Amino acid sequence: MADVWIYLTVAALGAVTVITRCFFFIFERELPFPAWADRGLRYAPIAALSAVIIPEIVMRHGALITDWRDGRIFGAAAGAAFYFWRRGQGQAVLGTIVVGMAVYLPLHMGLGW
Amino acid sequence: MFFDPANYKHPAFKEGMRDISSVAPGIWAWGLMTGVAMVQSGLSVEVATAMTLLVYAGSSQLAVTPMLAAGAPFWVVLATAFCVNLRFVVFSMHLRHYLLAWPRWQRLCVGYITADMSYVMFTRRFPQPADDAAGQRAEMAYLSGNSFLNWIGWQISSLVGVFMASQIPIHWGLGFAGVLALVGVMCSLSDTRLRRVSAGVAGAAAVAAFALPLKLNIVVAIAAAVAMCLLLERSPLAGEERR
Repeated sequence: MADVWIYLTVAALGAVTVITRCFFFIFERELPFPAWADRGLRYAPIAALSAVIIPEIVMRHGALITDWRDGRIFGAAAGAAFYFWRRGQGQAVLGTIVVGMAVYLPLHMGLGW
Repeated sequence: MFFDPANYKHPAFKEGMRDISSVAPGIWAWGLMTGVAMVQSGLSVEVATAMTLLVYAGSSQLAVTPMLAAGAPFWVVLATAFCVNLRFVVFSMHLRHYLLAWPRWQRLCVGYITADMSYVMFTRRFPQPADDAAGQRAEMAYLSGNSFLNWIGWQISSLVGVFMASQIPIHWGLGFAGVLALVGVMCSLSDTRLRRVSAGVAGAAAVAAFALPLKLNIVVAIAAAVAMCLLLERSPLAGEERR
């Protein structure tokens, strides 16, 4: 691909970001959303997060892991346990990251899990 | 938008920044790894820089990087990015109720920089769209502050990754901090029974449908989880979720 083309593609990719992120509020026209669709959106944020992270934790090379010796499982479990122990108060999310990494990194780098 | 004084002088702007700062290390780690991965997969530093500054969507950047390096056709690259970004289309359906009160250019500006984390934090902070001007200003100020700090943190860390790609040890697994940031935010959302069901169904469906191309497993998982929760809403177990 020629130089100009690759930059043109990158610029067009920026436009794709704008179009997808703003898809349903680019135009003001009335959209006939059924009531159930609006209600269903309440469950979308957590579903999206879970769909992104669960494969990152329990899969490797496109397959479900079969070996429990994997630092990611222990790291994620420790992070979530910290969050619920603190009941989400204060900097619980920051703590989730710190505690999770504190468990994950030694297992991953030390034991190769 | 973040450059409008009516937004950045509003107390909700700081509140938005404070909320996103709790996941800052995760954003940095993820941005850094995305920058490194783009260069290591064969993009030049110039193209990777343009990508970071213009595209601002980590998962679609990573998906199209090998295609760009291999010289795939223009429309194929764009269609791939669009599919990988489909979850944002779902988010935009939700955000529409909050943003329609604003002029189009403001909607597009703030929409462009509203990534996953800001969307999730925004809808957690404002479960119902406001119907008065003061409430709508607070929403806009919060979303602007939150997404602005996310954008800055991502840009800086990503560019560091692009320029120092050869010096950053990717095998240490620092990118896992990004996953942990999302774990923390997911925990903060799991406050009702049906939301926990949603997380469980979506996680399982995303793993089961992993073989789908273009990260479509994520869209399938969202659809499955939402459908399951809508069905369960009528059951007596749903309890607190019914209105």
